Amino acid sequence: MCRVVDLQQAVLVKNDERAGSLRAELTARGTTVVNLLSSPGSGKTALLEAELALAASRGVPVAALTADLATEHDAERLARAGVPVKQVLTDGLCHLEAGMLGEQLEGWLPAGTRLLFVENVGNLVCPASYDLGESLRVVLASVTEGEDKPLKYPTAFGLAQLVIVTKDDIAEAAGFDEEAFRANVHQVNPGVDVVLTSARRGTGTGLLLERALAVAGGEEAHRPVMARTGSGSGGGSSYGHTHTHTHAHPHAHADAGAHAHPHTTITTASAAGVPARSHS
Amino acid sequence: MHEMSIAVAMVEQVTETPAADGCQAVSAVRLRLGELAGVVAGSLRFCFSLACAGTVLEGAELLIEHVPGRARCEPCGAEWATGMPPQLCCPQCEGGKAELVSGRELQITGLRHADGADGGGAAHHASVQVKES
Ligand SMILES: [Zn+2]
Repeated sequence: MCRVVDLQQAVLVKNDERAGSLRAELTARGTTVVNLLSSPGSGKTALLEAELALAASRGVPVAALTADLATEHDAERLARAGVPVKQVLTDGLCHLEAGMLGEQLEGWLPAGTRLLFVENVGNLVCPASYDLGESLRVVLASVTEGEDKPLKYPTAFGLAQLVIVTKDDIAEAAGFDEEAFRANVHQVNPGVDVVLTSARRGTGTGLLLERALAVAGGEEAHRPVMARTGSGSGGGSSYGHTHTHTHAHPHAHADAGAHAHPHTTITTASAAGVPARSHS
Repeated sequence: MHEMSIAVAMVEQVTETPAADGCQAVSAVRLRLGELAGVVAGSLRFCFSLACAGTVLEGAELLIEHVPGRARCEPCGAEWATGMPPQLCCPQCEGGKAELVSGRELQITGLRHADGADGGGAAHHASVQVKES
């Protein structure tokens, strides 16, 4: 005598809703979020450093929150641009969620920030499923990562609103086949722009800033096919997870709730040492 | 491995849902999982069993209904199976205006309760058992 209950609940609904409200809150404050995804070692920090410096020199109020730093020096490099930078230690957590980002911004994000760049945790799998309330999602890959990267990580590339290729100065040495890369991106995300950059040569610097400012100014960002879900695929959020219910604090678990919480506690660099549980 | 976060979200949702109230245990959870959802079924099963431990879902089975990716191109009317890695560019007109018909599902569609003890009797769910951790 079993009882079966039918439900319709999107699993990531809480994150999607939190992301939606964060996007609305930040937009009301005049801040646009750019979510940067990449594998480790993709040259994201160098690119971001250049973009932040450029923004500072033009007097554009920007800030950066990073959850993916290879070393402490990376944070110093970013801070050299003279803009607010916050480091989030995730100790093994594989992605940021909207609720975590919201908590990190509280009391830190300076008023009047036009653009907030979020350097997500360094992998192309997990962060792809989590909307952070961004208005522009950017996926980076260096020329050394190969042409088939977009096919190996179709969710990340499929949901990108801008694809940036880094380290173009060594493209030839790395045997990077640009045409094949573009074709692969096109297969999973037709219509998305692919731009080539080299932090060393300074080529392509400013492309990201310009695109982000355009979106902040109201220009519509690219809508990937993968984000265009019809009624059948569970419409609702731009990332395709059906909404059904609830609004809740992402970390408000009932204490009676028995299971160990797998989310790593996020701490700021200054508060490092706070015990963190992690999963891997 | 975000499958752990997803598994925990599933357990939270099930334990919070009114449908789970008044029942002693959930013996199975049904999930629709799209081919393009970016979730590995094997990892999710493993994480789900861990996330269920010590909750009303302890030992619950995860029944996964796989949903293939399908896309449709409005302008030319073509509809196709996307495959994996997906072909999201229209194979007929080569346009980039397609929509996904299915494939990104990550959705709980049902629960099965092992016999609900005193099923009809109790008006209230006096006996939801949440083990202490
Ligand atoms: Zn077509």
